[in-house]
Amino acid sequence: MGGFQFPILSVIIFTPIVAALIMLAIDASRRDLIRGIAITAAGIVLVLSAAVYFGYNSQVTALTADMNKLAAAGGQFKATAMFVRGLAFEENIPWISTLGINYHLGVDGLNTPMVLLTGMVTVAGVLISWRIEDRTREFFAFFMLLVAGVYGVFLAVDTFVLFFFYELAIFPMYLLIATWGWVKLREYAAMKLTLYILIGSVIALVGVIAMVFTASNFFAGDGAAAFQAAKDAGVIAKDAPTFSFSMTHLMAAGEAGAFNIPGYAGVDVLTFAKLWFPFIFIGFAVLAGVFPFHNWSPDGHVAAPTAVSMIHAGVLMKLGAYAALRMGVQLMPEGAQVHLPWIVFLTLVNVVYGAFIAFRQRDFKYVIGFSSVSHMGLVTMGWATMNVVGMTGAGLQMFSHGAMTALFFGCVGMVYDRAHTRDIPSLGGFAKKMPWVAFAFIVGGLTSMGMPLFSGFLAEFAIFQGMWKASPDITLQIGNFVLTNYYSIIVIISALGIVITAAYVLRVTGQVFFGDFDAKKYPEVGDIAITDRIILILLGAPLLIIGLYPTIIYPMITAGVQPVLAMLGGGH
Amino acid sequence: MNVTQFGLGPSLLVVLPELGLGALSFIVLLLDLRWTEAQRKNIAVVSAVGLGLLAIITLILTPDVIKQAALQADPNLSPEALAKMSFWGGMIRYDALTHIFKVMVLAAGAITSLISADVKGIGRKGEFYIILIVSSLGMVLMSGSSDLIMAFLALETTSIPLYILAGFKRGDAKSMESGMKYFLFGSFASAIMLYGLSLLYGFSGQTNLYQLAQYLTTDAFVNNPVPVLASLVLIIVGFGFKISAVPFHFWTPDVYEGAPTPVTAFLSVASKAASFALLVRFLIAVFPSTVVIGGAQIQNFWVQLMVASAVISMTLGNVVALSQKNIKRMLAYSSIAQAGYTLVGVAAIQSATVAGQADAVASVGFYMFMYVFTNLLAFAVVILFSNATGSETIADLAGLSRRSPFLALMMTLALLSLAGVPPAAGFVGKFFLFRAAVQSNLTWLALFGVLNSIVALYYYLVVIKVMYVDRSEDEDKPIAVGRTYTWAMSITALAVVLIGTVAVQVVFTWAVESARSLFPS
Repeated sequence: MGGFQFPILSVIIFTPIVAALIMLAIDASRRDLIRGIAITAAGIVLVLSAAVYFGYNSQVTALTADMNKLAAAGGQFKATAMFVRGLAFEENIPWISTLGINYHLGVDGLNTPMVLLTGMVTVAGVLISWRIEDRTREFFAFFMLLVAGVYGVFLAVDTFVLFFFYELAIFPMYLLIATWGWVKLREYAAMKLTLYILIGSVIALVGVIAMVFTASNFFAGDGAAAFQAAKDAGVIAKDAPTFSFSMTHLMAAGEAGAFNIPGYAGVDVLTFAKLWFPFIFIGFAVLAGVFPFHNWSPDGHVAAPTAVSMIHAGVLMKLGAYAALRMGVQLMPEGAQVHLPWIVFLTLVNVVYGAFIAFRQRDFKYVIGFSSVSHMGLVTMGWATMNVVGMTGAGLQMFSHGAMTALFFGCVGMVYDRAHTRDIPSLGGFAKKMPWVAFAFIVGGLTSMGMPLFSGFLAEFAIFQGMWKASPDITLQIGNFVLTNYYSIIVIISALGIVITAAYVLRVTGQVFFGDFDAKKYPEVGDIAITDRIILILLGAPLLIIGLYPTIIYPMITAGVQPVLAMLGGGH
Repeated sequence: MNVTQFGLGPSLLVVLPELGLGALSFIVLLLDLRWTEAQRKNIAVVSAVGLGLLAIITLILTPDVIKQAALQADPNLSPEALAKMSFWGGMIRYDALTHIFKVMVLAAGAITSLISADVKGIGRKGEFYIILIVSSLGMVLMSGSSDLIMAFLALETTSIPLYILAGFKRGDAKSMESGMKYFLFGSFASAIMLYGLSLLYGFSGQTNLYQLAQYLTTDAFVNNPVPVLASLVLIIVGFGFKISAVPFHFWTPDVYEGAPTPVTAFLSVASKAASFALLVRFLIAVFPSTVVIGGAQIQNFWVQLMVASAVISMTLGNVVALSQKNIKRMLAYSSIAQAGYTLVGVAAIQSATVAGQADAVASVGFYMFMYVFTNLLAFAVVILFSNATGSETIADLAGLSRRSPFLALMMTLALLSLAGVPPAAGFVGKFFLFRAAVQSNLTWLALFGVLNSIVALYYYLVVIKVMYVDRSEDEDKPIAVGRTYTWAMSITALAVVLIGTVAVQVVFTWAVESARSLFPS
C-alpha cells in the first residue's frame, strides 16, 4: 500500500460540517441555494457511504477466513488481532499525542451497515425537510452538524473521538427539536432528551477515563510482559505509550486481564469490569432507550420535526446500542458475563411493555415512538445472548429497525403534513389518496412484526434463536438464589411482544389507511411529491432486499461480532 | 541568598511586557489629552492593539529565549541558576507558567479593550483604558511573582484598579454599589491574606516562595503544624476571594451585575486566571508533598480544602444559576461553578507521581486558557445586546436568532463551551480536569463534576432556547454589530473552536510544559 489514500471516512464526516459552514455564510433568504447545498452534501455522503459499504462487503469473505485462522491459531491477543484485522479504510493521525489520543477512524462489520444507514437517513431527512420555511439556513446547518456527529461516533476507533462526536451530536439535536419541533411538547421533550442522554454519557466518560488509567497502570506495572507481547503480536504499535485511548489498546488490555484484577477500589471480590460495566453499558444504552431510562424517547420522537425523528429513531438510538457494545461488552467481557444476565430483564420489559404502550396510543407518532422502545429492546437483548446468532441478529436489527423506523416516521410526517392531525381514530381511508405512503407503511409494518421475506424476520428470528441457544449456558446468581435456563422463558414472553406489535401495526394500518375517506375533513390530502417517493423507496427497498437476499449484510455483521465473541471466550 | 545572578539585559527582557504596559498607559494618556472627541473612539483600538502586540511579544519571549539571552550576556551562568530562572533578586520567576498566564492576561486585556469600544460612558474615555492597562500590569506581575512581597504588591496593583473600574460609571447607582462592594470585600480579603503572608514571614524569616518550604520543615515546627496551617488558611481565604470560590463568593453576583459589562468580562477571566496561576505556584512551592510537620503532610490539608471548596462551589454556583433572570448574574454564578471545576484540577495535585501532579496543573492552565476566550465571547454578546436594547434579562434575548443570527450563534458557542460540549474548547478543558481527578484517585470528584456539568447544561440550554425558540415583538429589529466587536468575537470564537479541536495538542503541551516548570526536575 503506502502513498496517498483517499481519506474517505474523514470526507464523510467533514462534508456535512463544511456544508453547514457554507450555509451559515450565505444570506438567509437564499433558501433554494441552501437546500441545494444540503441535498448535495447529503448525496455525496450517501454515495461515499455506499462505496464504503460495498467496498467492505467485497472483502468480507477473505476477512472471515482470516479471522477464522486467527481464532484457530489462538494466542493471547487473538480477539484484538481479529478486531484489528476486521478494520478497513483506517485513518490514524495523532491528535493529542501526549495523552495517547489519536484521530483514528475505521470501519468493521458492525459499523459499516450503520454508515450506510446514516447516509440513507440523511438524504431522506433532507428531502422530507424540503418545505421548511422558518430559518431554513439554521435548520439545515444544525441538521448537517448532527449528521457529522453521528458519523463520527460510528467511525471512531479511539474512545476519546467517540465521546467527542457523541456529545457533538446531542446539542444540534436539542436545537432542532426545541426550535422546529411540535409546539406543544418541544421544549420539554428536547430538554428531557438532552439531559437523559448526557447524564448517561458523562458517567460512561468518567468510566472510560478510569478504564484508560487502569489499563495504563496495568501495562506499566504487572502487565509489562503482556504489553510487550501485544506489541510483538502486532496489535499495538511498537512505539505506543502505555497510556492510550485507542480501542485496540484497551481491548488488548482487557484480553490480558487488566480489568479483571480482584481488589478494585479496595473490595476483594470486585474487579474493574464488574464495577464499571453497568455504568458504561447502561450509560450508553440510555440512548438506545433501555428500560427504565427510555422515557425521553417517545416524547423526543413525537416532539421532533419529521427529519429529526427519522434520524433520531433511525440512527441515533443505534448509536447508543452500538457504543454500549463497543465500549462495554467488547472491552469488558467479564463485566458483560456478570451483568448482562440481569440486564436482559430490562430489555424484556422494553420489548413487551413498549409494545403494550404502543398499542394503547391514539397519536400516530407515539405509536411509532413506543414501537422504537420495543424494538430497540430486542437489540440490547441480542447483545445479552453473547453468542454469534443472537449478536448478529441484533446487528441486523439495528440496520433493519433504523430503515424501518425512519420509513415509519417519514410516512407519519407525510400524513400529518396533509391532514394536520395525528389522531388515529379521526384518520381513515388514506390509502385511496396516498397509495405510496400506505404501501410503504405496510412494508414497514410487515418488517416490524417480523414477517418472513422482510429484514425484520431475519433479525428477530436470529435474536430469539440466539437467546434459546444461550439459555443453558447462562446463570444468574443473586446471593444464594440461582436462576438457570431462564433465557428460554424470556424468549417466550418476548414473543408476546411481537404478537402485540402485529396487533398495533394492523390496527394503525387499518384505521389510518383503510376505511372511508372524508374528503371534506381533509381537503389537502393528495398523493405525494416525487421527492417523497424517493424517500420511501430509499428506506423501504433495503428492508425487502435484505429479506430476500440476506447475504448482502449477514456475513458482514457476523464478521463484525467475531472479535467481541472472541473476547467473551466463545466464537463461531 | 539569591542575589541577582542575571545581567541587566535579560532581566529587562523578562519585564519587557510590564515595561510595555507602562509605556502603553502613557501613550493612551497622551492621546486622550490630545485627541478630539471624534478621534477618541479610536482609543479602544490603540489600547487593544498595544495589548495585543504585547501579548505577541510575550508569546515570542519564551523561557528558552530568555535563557539564550542570559547565556549570551553571561556564558558562565550556572545550570542551577538557569533552571530557576529567578530574576530581580528572586522577586520574579520567568518559567513556562509565567509565560502562558502572561499571554492569557494580555490577550484578555486586548479583547476587553475591543469590546469596550461602543459602551456608553466608557468607550471613549482614555482613563478607562489606562486603569485597565495598569490592572493588567498587576496581573502580569502576579503570574510570575515568586516572593511574598511581590505577590502581594501584584495582587494590589491588580485589585485597586479593578475597584475603580467596577465603579466606573459614576452616575449609575448599581455601578457605584458594585465598586463599593468590591472594594470593601476585596480590601477585607486582602487584609486577611496579608495577615497570613506576614505570619509565614514571621515563622520563617523568609519571603521567597521557593525558600519557604525548606524553613517550614526545620525543627521549629516539628510538632506543631497549627501556626502554619493557620497562615495557610488565611492565605487561601484571600485566593478564594479572588477566584470567587465558595464560601468567599458573596461579592461575585452583585459586582458582576453592577459593574460595567466590559469590566465584568475582564474581572471574570483575567483576574481569575492570574489568581489561579499564583495559587498553584504558591501551593506547590511553599507546601509541596515534602513538607511534613508533626507527621502530617500539609499538602493533604490544602487538598482537602480544595476538594471541599470545589464541591460546594460547583454545586452552589450551578444550582443558584438555575434561577437567575439576569444574564450577568447567571454568568456570575456560572463563573463560581467554573472556579469549582478548576479547583478539581487543583485538588488533583495530590497525585502520587510528579507526572500526575504536572498533569493536574496543566489541566488548570488549559482550562483557564480556554475559559478566557469563552467567557469574553459570552460577555461580548451581552455587551452588544445591552447596548442595543438596554436590557440584561435573559427573557429579553428572545428572538435574538432572528435579530442577529451571528450574535445568537456566538452566544451559543460560548455557552456550549462553558457547558463543555464539543467542538467548543470547554469539552476538552473539562475532560483534562476530570481526567486529572481520576488520575489522582478522585474518581468520585470527577463523577460529581460531570453530574454538576449536566445541571449547568440546563441553564445554558435555557438561554440558547430563548434565543432560538422564543418569539418577541422586537424580532424584526436587527442588532448592529460594530467593527471592533466583529473582530473581538471572530478572534475569540475562532480560538474557542480551535482550542477545542485542532490546536488541543499545541495548547495542552504548552500547559504541561508550564506545569512541569513548577516542579524541580
